[in-house]
Amino acid sequence: MHELAICQSLMNQVESIAQERNAASVTSIVIGMGPLSGVEVQLLKNAYPIASAGTIAEHAELVVEQLPIRVKCNSCGTESDASPNKLVCAQCGDWRTTLVSGDELMLMSVELEKAEQATAETLH
Amino acid sequence: MCDTCGCNITHGNESLIRPGGKLEKTESGREAVSVLHNLLHENDHTAKHNRDHFDQHNVLAINLMSSPGAGKTALLEATIQQLGAGLRMAVIEGDLETENDAERIRKHGVEAIQIATGSACHLDAHMIHQALHNLDLSKFDVVFIENVGNLVCPASFDLGQHLNVTLLSVPEGDDKPAKYPVMFRTADLVLISKSDLLPVLDDFKPESAKRYLRDIASTAPVAELSAKNNAGMDFWLDWISQQIDSRKQYLEQHPVQTGHAHDHEHDHGHHHHQAHHTHHHQHDEDAV
Repeated sequence: MHELAICQSLMNQVESIAQERNAASVTSIVIGMGPLSGVEVQLLKNAYPIASAGTIAEHAELVVEQLPIRVKCNSCGTESDASPNKLVCAQCGDWRTTLVSGDELMLMSVELEKAEQATAETLH
Repeated sequence: MCDTCGCNITHGNESLIRPGGKLEKTESGREAVSVLHNLLHENDHTAKHNRDHFDQHNVLAINLMSSPGAGKTALLEATIQQLGAGLRMAVIEGDLETENDAERIRKHGVEAIQIATGSACHLDAHMIHQALHNLDLSKFDVVFIENVGNLVCPASFDLGQHLNVTLLSVPEGDDKPAKYPVMFRTADLVLISKSDLLPVLDDFKPESAKRYLRDIASTAPVAELSAKNNAGMDFWLDWISQQIDSRKQYLEQHPVQTGHAHDHEHDHGHHHHQAHHTHHHQHDEDAV
């Protein structure tokens, strides 16, 4: 259940960005995640409402971009898709590969509602 | 990866931030802020801070991970028994509850700090940082961090260690690296523990475990050992002293800047708040 801890860390980052930019609210949060990040998408989504409750991002949509596993072969140089427990080169089969993508666990972007806009909307 | 130089933009995610990518468009009155921060930024920050502490005292930090009951504490006990006073070591123990493991270590005359994580399934860098406040690092060559027994969560949290050692005990089965690739990918050394059981549990094939490990592109050496009959202990003990030497050599060539590699305002040993630090990140550290 480290997904909750990760979600809380995410909320800290989002809150400080929103504060810096003087946002009224956060409308969406996009995170990028690879299968080798060690984090389950569904568990993270389940933890999100708990972690975001009472924060400026309480009503934000959490968008999870799942990123592919790609490896680059150290011997033949080919870049190929791979699966979490088979990180071998699809071309020559060598196991000596370097992970190019697939272990990301990253806050990619946040979309903010500007304070002025929120004020304007309440006047209508 | 760091959050400042763009090295966290990978082939997998670059399309998202290109013009026209999913992260570009935004409705009117809203502002899309591109961030590209690791979600564990805070933890990683503290982990680096811990690593700097270890480095300033020429201490090698080794994170021991495995499922519960794979023999981490038994391995440490056997290590102490074999090396006696030959190795200046301390142990940081992580468990959900009890001081049992720390007490086992202390019985051998070795300093041990127990972290009770409560319900947390892993140690994180902040817990280690707290523990370091109670440890005089100038007295040690190596600190072992015995993580919470768990093959999932501990893999995601950098503690500030220099090396990860993952134990795979014979009763667990040889396909654990295929089942828990995230954990086993982080290992710098894999120890097949309880090797005295191999004759009984003969469906465990050390060569299969190694093959599963290579399938996840791990170059980590694999060794069998038994803390019970001491078979294979020499390899482990040699490995530790080699790693201590190579870290010391590395630090001779890359000395830690005095007063920390980063500025911060607390005088050591006391509470401080993450947000107060202004750190100068180094991107070339930890090339071991």
